[in-house]
Amino acid sequence: MISAFTNNWQNFLTGFGWTLLSSIVALFFSLIIGSLFAILEVVPNKALRVIGNIYVEIFRNIPLLVITMFFYLVIPLYFVKINGFTAGTIGLTIYTSAFIAETVRSGINSVDVGQMEASRAQGMKYTQAMRYIVLPQAFKLVIPPLGNQFVNLVKNSSVLAFVAGFDLMYQGNAIASQTFDTVNTYLVVGVFYLIITLPISYYMQHLERKLA
Amino acid sequence: MSMIEFRDVQKYYGKFHALHDINLEIDKGETVVLIGPSGSGKSTLARSVNGLETIQEGQLIVNGHDIADKNTNINRIRTDVGMVFQHFNLYANKNVLENVMLAPRIVLKMDEAENKKSAMALLDQVGLADKAENMPSQISGGQAQRVAIARALAMKPRCMLFDEPTSALDPEMIDDVLRVIKYVTNQSDMTSLIVTHEMGFAQEVANRVIFMADGRILEDDKTDTFFEHPTNERARQFLSKIIKH
Repeated sequence: MISAFTNNWQNFLTGFGWTLLSSIVALFFSLIIGSLFAILEVVPNKALRVIGNIYVEIFRNIPLLVITMFFYLVIPLYFVKINGFTAGTIGLTIYTSAFIAETVRSGINSVDVGQMEASRAQGMKYTQAMRYIVLPQAFKLVIPPLGNQFVNLVKNSSVLAFVAGFDLMYQGNAIASQTFDTVNTYLVVGVFYLIITLPISYYMQHLERKLA
Repeated sequence: MSMIEFRDVQKYYGKFHALHDINLEIDKGETVVLIGPSGSGKSTLARSVNGLETIQEGQLIVNGHDIADKNTNINRIRTDVGMVFQHFNLYANKNVLENVMLAPRIVLKMDEAENKKSAMALLDQVGLADKAENMPSQISGGQAQRVAIARALAMKPRCMLFDEPTSALDPEMIDDVLRVIKYVTNQSDMTSLIVTHEMGFAQEVANRVIFMADGRILEDDKTDTFFEHPTNERARQFLSKIIKH
């Protein structure tokens, strides 16, 4: 296993870098997009709620690979050329944002309605009540499930391998087919994924304890 | 001059007729207590005054504005109407001082130093200045309710709604909260509407008592008249069942 790494360390590190970059970008944007759609799903305006629902139900119920392939193959056909890394990261962002939206929405719904009523009764606008009172409590409640979503996101970034995204999985496939040392190659790949996911798990546990 | 006026108000939850032909006028400075069996519509009536419940028919004039009118800025009216809830509803993510200071800061845009001074003075009035830095989860129910009253008063309201303010409290905490409410209602220009089951307290603070059942106002009398000679049969039954204390 050590030699599988030392003989191909440049490729592994390149893959690790792309996986890390894709994960960070997707995490950042899926958190923003997911939170926005979570809010859309709970606002008083019915049309906005329907829009939020449609988005979440569509992208939560289509396989990640299909969404990614769509961006990789269909978008370049009619709109702009995008490379595998970009297509994969967009697919990953949209797919994960649907799950984050559901997670955050459940957090918002878990906040006691009395919190919103008390805020509104003091003359706060709906947006002020959400911003100062409801959302901070909702995000605190959903830290553990959000952590799970982040870990899933990192693991799901292996979808980039299917669209030539140069990520860890892609590099692993390439190395394994060159060296025929499949066992050790994928062991190294697994270790690299753990290097990203374990700190997330531990950090989330730490946050949970700190905020509890 | 009236602070709150219901004119032929009807309220439905789906098909359930929650408020029936409500006509009620509460003058500035009055303290009105609302009593009746559970499910009679008392809380619904109180909560409609600041628009937490919407009415389907009729007019509801609060401080000169019809709150059922779509052009009325409900947030503006709510700054004049303080509300105290059965379950306190302190902002769980803010400490006691921030609970009192938040709305004056972001709704009234009050000057920060003045806001803090007024908040500390209010907490002092309700006997909780030493709890300013505590989180709501760290104080007792009776203390939380007194903070909730200070929070409502921080907006300098003209009118206060108390929705069963002592129903969720342990018996030994009730007196402290009632004392604070009494202090508030005694301020000469404060209008108060109190939903309560504390009959002794009602007799002590109320100018008027309103008895409700099945979504209707069945009796509306001066306090003494109500407790000594209730005219309505349902009200008589209700009073005889309630242990006076």
